[in-house]
Amino acid sequence: MTYTIENYKQFLYAVIEMIEKEKDYLSELDRKLGDGDHGVTMSIGWQAVKEKLDNELQNERDGGEISKVVAKTFLNAVGSSVGPLYATGFLRGSKVLKGKTEFNHSELLDFWIAFGDGIKERGQAEVGDKTMIDTIQPFIQSLREKREDQSFSEIFDQALVSAENGMLSTKEMISKKGRSSRLGERSKGFLDPGATSIYFILECFQKSLFSVT
Amino acid sequence: MKKLINNPNDVVDEMIEGYIKAHPNQVRRLEENKRSIVIASETKENKVGVLIGGGSGHEPAFMGYVGRGMADGVAVGNIFASPPPEPIVEATKAIDKGNGVVYIYGNYAGDIMNFGMAAELAEMEEDIDVELVVVNDDVASASSEEKEKRRGIAGEFFVTKAAGAAAEKGYSLKEVADVARRTNERTRTMGVGLTPCYLPQTNEPSFSLKENEMEIGLGHHGEPGVEKGELQQADQVADRLVQDILNDMAMSNGDKVAVLVNGLGSTTRMELYIVFRRVEQILAKQGIEIYRSYVGNYSTSLEMGGCSVTLTNLDEELISLIDAEADCPMYAQL
Repeated sequence: MTYTIENYKQFLYAVIEMIEKEKDYLSELDRKLGDGDHGVTMSIGWQAVKEKLDNELQNERDGGEISKVVAKTFLNAVGSSVGPLYATGFLRGSKVLKGKTEFNHSELLDFWIAFGDGIKERGQAEVGDKTMIDTIQPFIQSLREKREDQSFSEIFDQALVSAENGMLSTKEMISKKGRSSRLGERSKGFLDPGATSIYFILECFQKSLFSVT
Repeated sequence: MKKLINNPNDVVDEMIEGYIKAHPNQVRRLEENKRSIVIASETKENKVGVLIGGGSGHEPAFMGYVGRGMADGVAVGNIFASPPPEPIVEATKAIDKGNGVVYIYGNYAGDIMNFGMAAELAEMEEDIDVELVVVNDDVASASSEEKEKRRGIAGEFFVTKAAGAAAEKGYSLKEVADVARRTNERTRTMGVGLTPCYLPQTNEPSFSLKENEMEIGLGHHGEPGVEKGELQQADQVADRLVQDILNDMAMSNGDKVAVLVNGLGSTTRMELYIVFRRVEQILAKQGIEIYRSYVGNYSTSLEMGGCSVTLTNLDEELISLIDAEADCPMYAQL
């Protein structure tokens, strides 16, 4: 299979569209746990990315360069905690895609593992803290446990199931990191908004694989 | 919630525009970054820089505290969101006089990451020494065993005041940072929320409380507090807030404190002084002397209703710093 720079851009545009659709839901989740702005923050960041994709990145075909611009643009538009987290993910991923306009099976795997490891390192959270790491950790673990006979789509689908289970597991967790950690027991019963939005983003990537031959 | 704004997406930038146009003799915005604001006048030769920052929506914090005797620069974030590294680095470059810069910010995941990244960039790429001071005065946000998890709220005002005065007096980078950290160590805050705030972009309440309820320990972004309870009168609320602080930070007869009774946005001065009245009574009964008092909106959460009480246990050095003059657009002490 060959995943092209066009597929990658379609993925980024799909994320932008998804965030606009889900931003109220994400903010609503955040109101239960934090300051209620997760959807707003994600929207500000991805709209800034859209501006870049529509203009200066329109003719850019280097996957590394695109990832780097996405990282810096998102970071400088939002700050917050998601800014450094996503920026680190895309910056690490950019190293894998550097100089490439097409990505093969193992490059895509390396991209997502680097992306996830970067976020983990920056966020310093553990599984069970009720953060986006609860989605990311099982996701990259599943990617690492791939079998040689599996296609990339199969590997990714399987990892996405692990990611979904991770996201769903945040519902019954007590928050240990971020602003919601002050809630203690009262943080139970709600999905973590950061764990939810990263799952939606991974889902967008899965959809972008459908059009790959 | 009715708000006097234009496009909700433009509130932060339009606020900054108004702010710098209103006070051109005191503050200016950097051309390099529209979210970096620095003191307009020339500061003392060799002075250590003091940089503050955080999300918008807490005005006068943080941008209102740029001025002589307080901060030299500020990085302004989106509403309730840490600024990214870029405006922090630009402000750092603008205020550094060769002796380094102290960053003061609250203990939030976002601020920790963004100010940390900015400090690395300033040191690596600009060769500027940076000291990080993280404020965590909010008693309600974690137990005393987990003090490192506590958030920074109104107490940041006193930390900035002490650091700003120390820098103005010619302290070294390390000394300014040490004074700021000691002020933080000796500062505690407890708050109570009565009514929510509404983010301009969503216009949804940050939490819901019934007419007869209050929330003790509410975070200053509307994060739920430690306990919801029936709304009580000002005296009972003040008793609870001060008691929680004193339980956490032992003080004895003869200690001197700075007191801040801080409004969260929509609470009137009348109410704040009624609360202060009781705070003074409790402290007097314990033989704790109020050395200096501050009553008003010093760190808000948009239009949230409620207040917080901050106590800083002063020592001789902190007394001299708290007494020092300060002159900022949103706060002055002469």
